[in-house]
Amino acid sequence: MGLDITWAVDWVRRSADVIAEHRLELIKLDREIGDGDHGENMDRGFQAVLPKLDDLPAGSTPGDVLKLVATTLISTVGGAAGPLYGTAYLKGAGVAGSATSLDGRAIAAVLTAARDGIVLRGKAESGDKTMVDAWTPAVEAAEAAASNGSDVASVLDAAADAAAAGSDATIPLVARKGRASYLGERSAGHRDPGAQSSALLLRAAADAASAAAGA
Amino acid sequence: MAASDRVGVVFVSHSARIAEGLVELARQMAPSATLVAAGGTDDGRIGTSFDLVSAGIVEADAGAGVVILCDLGSAILTAETALDFLDDETRGRVRIVDAPLVEGGVAAAVAAEAGDDLEHVVAAAETARGSAAGASATETGAAEASDAASRAEATAAGSHARRVTLINADGLHARPAAELVKLASTFGPRVTVNGTDAKSLLGIMSLGLTKGATIEIASDDPDGREAVDAIAALAESGFGEH
Repeated sequence: MGLDITWAVDWVRRSADVIAEHRLELIKLDREIGDGDHGENMDRGFQAVLPKLDDLPAGSTPGDVLKLVATTLISTVGGAAGPLYGTAYLKGAGVAGSATSLDGRAIAAVLTAARDGIVLRGKAESGDKTMVDAWTPAVEAAEAAASNGSDVASVLDAAADAAAAGSDATIPLVARKGRASYLGERSAGHRDPGAQSSALLLRAAADAASAAAGA
Repeated sequence: MAASDRVGVVFVSHSARIAEGLVELARQMAPSATLVAAGGTDDGRIGTSFDLVSAGIVEADAGAGVVILCDLGSAILTAETALDFLDDETRGRVRIVDAPLVEGGVAAAVAAEAGDDLEHVVAAAETARGSAAGASATETGAAEASDAASRAEATAAGSHARRVTLINADGLHARPAAELVKLASTFGPRVTVNGTDAKSLLGIMSLGLTKGATIEIASDDPDGREAVDAIAALAESGFGEH
């Protein structure tokens, strides 16, 4: 069973919920090693997407939803997260294309394209203490699960677990990219807010897929 | 040269006031160039706006190209994302320059004012990289001036040099330096002031030349005589100051 427009819309709603719920946590993380606006910016971005979901024309695809998220985040987030997540969703939308349903392999390909978009835009590498440290383990876990023939909900579940572990693993790292890199050694001991928001968004995707599978 | 032939410059800052202030500063030296401030978010907060940057590029683009200067990292990300959304033809004439926003922005504005083409405006902005080199140039400026006479004697046949004492109150500070650079840019041959390229605003400003300093304006190019004389006349006139 593949994931369709209902899943994509549910993912966005769950994303908006989870970001709103963790807004203060993300602000606190970003205050420690950044400029403190990540929670507020992400919350504003996803809240701006919500009303636009109602305007999606009939026959819209998951790719259309991803593109809507991309353009809205790029225009409304304001910090580095806008271009980074915007590019991720845009590249993901490109791979999703006009397909009405995405299976495990297609979802893995969407996540890979999204991660590649973040790397292209931010030029960060693994270990730089950025959202890439959540995304790359997530992509690797998703590809492994997809090539084992796992169903799409399991592929996203593996990706979300790996992203959460990747976010945890940013805590001891010294930042080499982004605002936190100005702190040098002092950035160690703090979780990267971008990695944490990435983990939350991928968990929302997996939860939406589980809900779709159970429906 | 018609304004429509000129390169436009866009300043992208997290702060609307920094971007607007930079336009105000650069305007002193580039009164008619197209300078666009794209600072802050759509609703006036600290941050950068994809929509403001995109609109700024369109406003600055008269067909000769656009140079974008940015402050902190996410301003560059926003500008790069804006470029992704341009059509291929427009994107081909837009450059994001990795240079200090203020120094590079002023240098780019002056080059744009002088009617330089896109690659030369980019190069002008890039001269602002490495402020350490600029500081040492200031320290060596006086020594270079005292060496000017001996170098004038040593110049080869076909070269031309003039020595002028600066009479205006502020020496070669920002506005007179910009006028000198703009005048030099209207001539093809390479001309130097105390050995520094007369077309480099930051190079000339970093000489740190004040009232009473004697400068040597020179060109090794046999065709540079006219440029040397024109620049010498401008300096002798006190740049319109008293």
